[in-house]
Amino acid sequence: MLSLALHSGTTATPEAVQFWFLAPLAVLAALGMLLVKKAVHSALLLAWVMVSLAFFYIAQDALFLGIVQIVVYTGAVMMLFLFILMLVGVDSSDSLVETIKGQRGAAIAAALGVGGLLTSLIARAVQGVPAVGLKDANNGGNVQGLASELFTKYVWAFEVVSALLITAALGAMVLAHSQKIKSKTAQRDLSIARFRKDSLGASAGLPAPGVFARHNAVDVPALLPDGSPAPSSISATLKARGDMLDSKIFELEAKEEEEN
Amino acid sequence: MDISNYLFLSAILFTIGAVGVVVRRNAIVVFMCIELMLNATNLAFVTFARINGNLDGQVASFFTMVVAACEVVVGLAIIVTMFRSRRSASVDDASLLKR
Amino acid sequence: MTTSTHLVYLIALPLVSAAILLLLGRIADKWGHILATLVSASAFAIGVSEFFAMKSRHGDARAATQTIFSWISVGSFKVDAALLLDQLSISFVLLITGVGTLIHIYSIAYMSHDRDRRRFFAYLNLFIAAMLLLVLGNSYLNLYVGWEGVGLASYLLIGFWNQKPAYATAAKKAFVANRVGDVGLSLAIMIAFAQFGTVTFAGVKAGAPHASSAALTAIGAMLLLAAAGKSAQFPLQSWLGDAMAGPTPVSALIHAATMVTAGVYLITRSNFIFDASSTARLLVVIVGAITLLFGAIVGTAKDDIKKALAASTMSQIGYMILATGLGPVGYAFAIMHLLTHGFFKAGMFLGAGSVMHGMDDEVNMRKYGGLAKFMPITTITFGLGYLAIIGVPPFAGFYSKDKIIETAFNAGGTKGILLGGAALLGAAITAFYMTRVVVLTFAGSKRWDEKAHPHESPVLMWLPMAILAIGSVASGFLLASGSAMVNWLAPVVNASGVEGGKELMKPIVVSLLALGVVVVGVAFAVIKYRTVPSVAPEDVSIFTKAARKDLYQDSLNEALLMRPGQKLTSGLVYTDDTLVDGAVRSVGFTLATVSGWVRKLQNGYVRTYALVMLIGLLALIATIWMVTL
Repeated sequence: MLSLALHSGTTATPEAVQFWFLAPLAVLAALGMLLVKKAVHSALLLAWVMVSLAFFYIAQDALFLGIVQIVVYTGAVMMLFLFILMLVGVDSSDSLVETIKGQRGAAIAAALGVGGLLTSLIARAVQGVPAVGLKDANNGGNVQGLASELFTKYVWAFEVVSALLITAALGAMVLAHSQKIKSKTAQRDLSIARFRKDSLGASAGLPAPGVFARHNAVDVPALLPDGSPAPSSISATLKARGDMLDSKIFELEAKEEEEN
Repeated sequence: MDISNYLFLSAILFTIGAVGVVVRRNAIVVFMCIELMLNATNLAFVTFARINGNLDGQVASFFTMVVAACEVVVGLAIIVTMFRSRRSASVDDASLLKR
Repeated sequence: MTTSTHLVYLIALPLVSAAILLLLGRIADKWGHILATLVSASAFAIGVSEFFAMKSRHGDARAATQTIFSWISVGSFKVDAALLLDQLSISFVLLITGVGTLIHIYSIAYMSHDRDRRRFFAYLNLFIAAMLLLVLGNSYLNLYVGWEGVGLASYLLIGFWNQKPAYATAAKKAFVANRVGDVGLSLAIMIAFAQFGTVTFAGVKAGAPHASSAALTAIGAMLLLAAAGKSAQFPLQSWLGDAMAGPTPVSALIHAATMVTAGVYLITRSNFIFDASSTARLLVVIVGAITLLFGAIVGTAKDDIKKALAASTMSQIGYMILATGLGPVGYAFAIMHLLTHGFFKAGMFLGAGSVMHGMDDEVNMRKYGGLAKFMPITTITFGLGYLAIIGVPPFAGFYSKDKIIETAFNAGGTKGILLGGAALLGAAITAFYMTRVVVLTFAGSKRWDEKAHPHESPVLMWLPMAILAIGSVASGFLLASGSAMVNWLAPVVNASGVEGGKELMKPIVVSLLALGVVVVGVAFAVIKYRTVPSVAPEDVSIFTKAARKDLYQDSLNEALLMRPGQKLTSGLVYTDDTLVDGAVRSVGFTLATVSGWVRKLQNGYVRTYALVMLIGLLALIATIWMVTL
């Protein structure tokens, strides 16, 4: 039954079910990848697409590739992506407003053209072509079959690719390596720098936040003696993320207290 | 179900990836879109292997994965360097060639 | 014709030595001058041995040749780097190496305080090598190499103390004036090649009788221009006075004994051209006569001892050029005067150097006076040279100069009387200004500052002077007795044995006449310079003023050549700027403007480039789609 189905270029029912279940979700995830603002969400959606693809590989008698897809792509590569995202700032979200005039329209038009033509080409190409299936090729097992291909027919390419991997690793190290051009700032230097500032106000260190703890104390600025908030008491990271609370409300409270 | 459906899926994913490369500004997202395109071609390779009844397509797919891994490593290192020097991962900021 | 294998060493020795001294640099400071002097002396030794070898041969076999290598070989045009040593060449070789060696010895002492003495000796050797190549080349092209080498060496030596801008300018002036002459030589070579198809002396000599007289005149005029440049003849003489900027041994070597004689050599060597063209000969005698008077007049007004001697050199070379223009009989006398002049003028220049050495490099003769007491040897050697140059018998100058005056008178007709008169007048003025030099320097009362301590020079300096003085005394008699020089050179310059023209006056009359004018000149100078003011008087006649300014030659050159040249240059620069550069710039401007438009397509965004790639992909797929339809 299965072989007959294969022969006519169609698949057995379980595979069809899997396909029709996973394929739309993969497409949706891919589209979502384009549309979400935060890079980390994109990464998660991509991971989903990759896992779906791994299922498709296994369904198509490519057991080894399916496993590698999960281990290498979903595991290592996506980890690397997330790692870099951490480095750059997980929470930074991109503006999706297009800044280059005509870029988006042209892109969508070109993409529709490419997609349409590709689909049409594929349709023409596969029409009436019977699928052979991998029953014979995977006779001794998929991994063994691939291995014999790799180490006989493709051994030269295999060696070259290994050299490429090493080079890439070295290149990444060189690129990511940053040379220190001055010695590390010591506590003594920091202390001197504090006293050399324009005002001596911060010489004793920045004020601690969260004096009136109505909120998550760390994002509330401290109050100065006159009751006005001191933005410098908030961690620069929080400020950069925009997670600092507006200080207006505290100012008002401080004034009210004064009146009372 | 027809096997060629895999190919259509591959084409759709590839196109989406291509659009992503062109419209997204965050270099990391751009990179992910490139990965998506590579994955789409891998799917096509695996399907071709199945249609033709030999493992050459799968081997090609394997090599694509390896090369993609290299590319990711170097590309991300470039992004780190870029970010380190200009505190931004936007590909539009790196438009010095024009100026 | 004899084939020799060691002529090349004459040139190679000093050349290699110069290269060694220049390349080794300061390492050679300690022994560089000794090497250079030894090399020069050994070149002289080779020259002497060649001379005796030549004397032992007879007839045509006296001339020796050596082919060193094939230099140019283009189609039918072949030039060998080959040397020719004949009776004419050997005379020059002996003069160059002999006087050159003496000057080397002199320089060891004279330049002992200069930290660049090694470089100086390297240049001296380079000069000797170039001059030897000049006189030994067997073709005009080989001569040309030496000619240019001499120009280079003289430039380097005149500007040796180029830390002084005036000296550097003098070197440049000499170089530029020489360049004008060099153009003449190269034109002469080109015409000769076009006419005869060869540039060897032998080839041109063989072809000369069959060539058109116009071509011969053209070649002759161009050769004369070349000779005027190198020998400081009118109208290219202006560089010689300024060239005294070089160290005094340089003046002795280059501007008395050797370099300025190159012009005389060139004309003598090209005798077959001038013999065939009376027009060219006429030009030569005119230039010679003008220059001999010109130099003599300038010499009367110069207070700088070296410049006075330089003017005298110009005048004496004028005599030689005059003699070469007088036809076959004149050449031998020109060369004879050249040799005797080499002795007495080099001796006097070295004497001047010795005086300067004793007087803290003071050159103004008005600041000298009464030096005879302090420098007896210099006075004697200088005095012997003086007697030789004014032509007192039996000193050298008497024999050689008298012969030239005599030959000039015998040139025939009005021309002969004019030329002879000019030569006689020149002799009188020579007597006057040379007496002036001697009186101002060695006689009279002292006019120098208290700071100066005149003293005799060391033996290394006076020994060469003494040897040259002996030459000044004896060389004339030796060369003239039994017409030795005339007979020796006859195979080269007067092969057909042409006799002199009809005698206008008996030789003894000419001699007495010459002696008479010399006595007048000397007497006049002695009377005029009984007292000498130590500052040159300003209220002098316009003739004196003109003579002090080299008869306005520099002003004339400036007005006639330099100013129009500058105008032409600035005009050309303007044309170049507006027309040529304008065209170039407008091309650039157009390109830049168009590029500016095209640049708008580029926005520098990676994403746009990616989009273009995507569109390219679309086009590719569309193509495939259509092809597979």
